[in-house]
Amino acid sequence: MVLIKKGAEASLFLGEWHGRKVVMKRRLPKMYRIPELDSMIRGQRTIHEPNIIHRAKEAGVPTPTIFLVDVEDANIVMEFVEGKQVKEVLDNVSKEERLNLCVLIGRMIGRLHSNGIIHGDLTTSNMILTPYGKVVFVDFGLSERSIEVEPKGVDLHLMKRTLYSTHYRHARQCFEAVMRGYEESVGGEEARQVVLKIREIEKRGRYVADRDK
Amino acid sequence: MPEKGSSDSYCLGIESTADDFGAAVVSFGGKVLSNANDTYMPEEGGIHPREAARHHAEVAEKVLSEAFETASVKPNEIGLVAFSQGPGLGPCLRTGATAARALASYLGVPLVGVNHCVGHIEIGKLATGAVDPVTLYVSGGNTIVSAFEAGRYRIFGETLDIAMGNCLDVFARAAGLQQRKGAPFGAVVEELARKGKQFVSLPYTVKGMDLSFSGLLTAAVQLFQSNQYPLEDICFSLQEVAFSMLTEVTERALAHTQKPEVLLTGGVAANKRLQSMLNVVAEEHDARFCVVPLKLAADNGAMIAWAGILAYKSGISTALDKSFVNVKWRLEEVYAPWVEANQ
Repeated sequence: MVLIKKGAEASLFLGEWHGRKVVMKRRLPKMYRIPELDSMIRGQRTIHEPNIIHRAKEAGVPTPTIFLVDVEDANIVMEFVEGKQVKEVLDNVSKEERLNLCVLIGRMIGRLHSNGIIHGDLTTSNMILTPYGKVVFVDFGLSERSIEVEPKGVDLHLMKRTLYSTHYRHARQCFEAVMRGYEESVGGEEARQVVLKIREIEKRGRYVADRDK
Repeated sequence: MPEKGSSDSYCLGIESTADDFGAAVVSFGGKVLSNANDTYMPEEGGIHPREAARHHAEVAEKVLSEAFETASVKPNEIGLVAFSQGPGLGPCLRTGATAARALASYLGVPLVGVNHCVGHIEIGKLATGAVDPVTLYVSGGNTIVSAFEAGRYRIFGETLDIAMGNCLDVFARAAGLQQRKGAPFGAVVEELARKGKQFVSLPYTVKGMDLSFSGLLTAAVQLFQSNQYPLEDICFSLQEVAFSMLTEVTERALAHTQKPEVLLTGGVAANKRLQSMLNVVAEEHDARFCVVPLKLAADNGAMIAWAGILAYKSGISTALDKSFVNVKWRLEEVYAPWVEANQ
């Protein structure tokens, strides 16, 4: 087992499970919490995440296959998705491929939102482009259920910020393409509401530094 | 009289955002010479803004005189007047601002409007020697996790509804507890929590980096009203859940920013259980854990004076006609050029 990512809350390991290449997501105990509360929180989150991953599949959005949910040890064993992170791909393909990819991503985000799923961490490192041309969404650790416009706006606002910080050369055309795909899934009126919300979020005090630029 | 702005000049700081009226004299070199205070104590219920403002107006003269006398500094030796300009309760802020404007005009010295949250962070750094911390600021009116990044104190997480201290206060009142001089509601809940044995499950609400305490408060009050659990156990469980939430968000900010220190301030900083949780996280991340002593962690005039000095030294002052209060002045709206200069 190899540690591939250590977050504040969970650690990701790459390993083998019954002959399959898998990712194990372990929520490690936190020493500052009393054990009763600690196992409750880790248990709830270990159930919540596969649950939402499953809902996303129902919505038609590719997500990793879950092999095992171990509430007691706060461990999720899931498929290792073969492919490349969108983060690595986006700046290294032709314009046409790039825009098609962004439209596809937008369409998938739209499907999530239409089904009341907020991803919570929409960065290009949490999307994997498979050799078959599908985009698989991973890491639903910060996800929540909601049909409100506000969290949808926050979700896409993070996507936009990721594009402008990590993929700044094509950020504008990429985000426009994402929103075209999004509109295909959610419809014109809903997309318009979300776009207005994103603008409102950008103007809030929390992001004044961006406003100054 | 020393030259204005020199290290032997003095700043008068006036704090009046909520239930405290504070006045302090601080030297430009960073010595707190006095820190006078008078707290509005409602007979029942929470802070009534108009009544608190009336209290502030009544005690202002007494508190200001005490600040000058304790410091052995005469009013005409003051080189700068700083006041809390927001965020806070409008009527209370305006009372302090009026006193500050009058004094600055009368003495013919510059005026600086200070952001209350910046005041807490700056006096905390001065008191503990922290240089570049992740700050958890928890009080009756604020719950903010912040760290300095590119010119401003950025907010990494905050409450989406009520403040941590407010949650404890309202619960204590609903449970029929009484606060005493020197033992506010938070301390009373802490005393009882120490005797708690059995953990009772309560809603734990962290949304990304933000926190919510209103559901936790409602659930705790309902537990109390159900008469099924000893009050000690409810206090214990309330603290455990609420402080674990605060610690989780602080840890995320620490892991993200890799800052070398964790600074705990605000009235709730006095809680020993909260201190011990944050200490664990700080140790795990090789960060130094700093707790601001209560006198400087609670609302006080010295924090306003010191933040005023720092701002003034970097060329910031507030014109009289721009000195209106800003009840919703957010921490990260404040451009803080002095921070990088001092690092």
